[in-house]
Amino acid sequence: MSTVTKTTKSPLPGPNKQEFEPQKVESISPWREAFWQLRKNKLAIVGFVIIFTFIFVAILAPFLTTFEYNTMRAVDRLQGPSSTYWFGTDYSGRDIFTRIIYGARVSLMVGFFAVTGALIFGTLLGILAGYYGKWADMLISRVFDIMLAFPSILLAIAIVAILGPSLQNAMIAIAIINIPIFGRLVRSKVISIRQEEYIMAAKAQGMKNGRILFHHVLPNSLAPIIVQATLSFGTAILEAAALGFLGLGAQPPTPEWGRMLSDSRQYIQTAPWTVLFPGISIMLVVLGFNMIGDGLRDALDPKMKN
Amino acid sequence: MVSYTIRRILMLIPVLIGMSLITYSIIHLIPGNPAQVILGEQASPQAIADLEEQLGLNEPFFVQYGNYMMDLLRGDLGTSLRTKSAISEEVWPYLAATMELTFFAMLFAIIVGVNAGIISAWKQNSLFDYTSMIIALVGVSMPIFWLGLMQQWVFAQELGWLPATGRGNPRDPVETTTYFYIIDTVLNGRWDQTWTSIRHLVLPSIALGTIPMAIIARMTRSSMLEVLRSDYIRTIEAKGSSMVSVIYRHGFKNAVIPVLTVVGLQTGTLLGGAILTETIFSWPGIGRYVFDAIGNRDYPVIQSGILIIATMFVIINLIVDLLYTYIDPRIKY
Repeated sequence: MSTVTKTTKSPLPGPNKQEFEPQKVESISPWREAFWQLRKNKLAIVGFVIIFTFIFVAILAPFLTTFEYNTMRAVDRLQGPSSTYWFGTDYSGRDIFTRIIYGARVSLMVGFFAVTGALIFGTLLGILAGYYGKWADMLISRVFDIMLAFPSILLAIAIVAILGPSLQNAMIAIAIINIPIFGRLVRSKVISIRQEEYIMAAKAQGMKNGRILFHHVLPNSLAPIIVQATLSFGTAILEAAALGFLGLGAQPPTPEWGRMLSDSRQYIQTAPWTVLFPGISIMLVVLGFNMIGDGLRDALDPKMKN
Repeated sequence: MVSYTIRRILMLIPVLIGMSLITYSIIHLIPGNPAQVILGEQASPQAIADLEEQLGLNEPFFVQYGNYMMDLLRGDLGTSLRTKSAISEEVWPYLAATMELTFFAMLFAIIVGVNAGIISAWKQNSLFDYTSMIIALVGVSMPIFWLGLMQQWVFAQELGWLPATGRGNPRDPVETTTYFYIIDTVLNGRWDQTWTSIRHLVLPSIALGTIPMAIIARMTRSSMLEVLRSDYIRTIEAKGSSMVSVIYRHGFKNAVIPVLTVVGLQTGTLLGGAILTETIFSWPGIGRYVFDAIGNRDYPVIQSGILIIATMFVIINLIVDLLYTYIDPRIKY
């Protein structure tokens, strides 16, 4: 036995004093692990590339084109794509490429404000319902149930029918219809986290409700909220385009993709590019957000992994 | 099962009441004087007063709502401001048109989506799997109104294979009894008209069914992947059952529950999407009925139309819920 002990290499490296010092073990936070996961996901990377391209284009729009999005040149109406007009011109001789890149500003803005609005109100209501329970939960959950009983775009149309058609009202409508989606998600997360031992420990230490909510409950429900927000960004843009297409969203001359489609649809046979490019733009942005959302879900939620 | 069905139907009542409250509030939430907004700037004070009287806007909100509910329970959905006829009488042809379109769109979504999902799961990581999942991803991201326009352009205008708009040949109108054209033409023995109706259904059904198809395909794939990895499937395979039997008889039967949930939820997408599809394909359905009403500020039609669509959605989800217990006896409530 003793010989074995002698010949076996000590698990601790050499006699050098320095090497006996405890090695620094790099802790891997779940967020960092998720980031690594995400970096390996090719579809998510493609999604990020698409979205960053559109953000870049939206910010730098005035520097990327020599045209104004609203200047009409009757002589150049319905021109096909060329070196002057990259995506051709529309029925009133406006450069479609210019309108598309300015349209990216509109769509991303709609997505951002609608999702942020829904996120804030949904989270607050979800916390109220999940953490305080009782009648607040009863009331809020029933309202969510009723709102979700409507097909979402229909509810948006109803809200715009009340407020009147405009881009701002479309944004408000889309934010409202997305509130119950975030609200339900946050509520269910809060309810499950509320039972955890560390919350009880925090309570036992005399921590106040607000502090528990913002320091423990919310950070721990962040992952699904981020995933939902990313996916909702895409849906919000799609819904805004649909409202624009129906004439209930952005009003002319705002370069909004959905509106561009409905204004050009009668020229589809003679000038298909007028319909092709706005549609492809909507699809690419939504696709980008969906790819990122799927990737984030796989990275952040171990249960969703196949 | 019976008690669950009754309980489930009773649970619908508060939801339906809430829905009616929301749709009823639409007219009251219009900023300013609703009657003035409906009639426009030039309306005479007399016309405004008459409309207020007709819509019952002079009474307190809950009294009005009570009257509205009583009317609803009697089957009175109000009167259209534009056509002056009872909504409950004029709505059926629109409703039937939407139901026919939604049915075929869902049929397309289920047949293509389920099979694509099954094959993708069976041949996981194959070329078919990658292609169909990329198509599904693109399908979810596609604006259906754009897809509809593209289909019209390619298949109707360029290739001339299918009609671009409408439900049938306007010069040879269908004799209607049920307003479901397929059923009516069969009842009349007019097979040529049946064929025309089917041809008119193809493009709008595909446009409307694409998003649900993509979602069903993704759900079927992940649900099937889980089932195909289980021990009993391996046992059945080892027994020497044919692949088709393993996949469809044993595999899909057990993967069907999550797929069914998606089918139920996607009906909402379909009913909402019907407004867009019906606008593009000039389909005389309820979505278009509501949309035209928004243009005409015909608020009673907007209210009732939205309530009808939402009620359809709720009822379909009820049916899906009840189907669970039928398909999977392990689910007990």
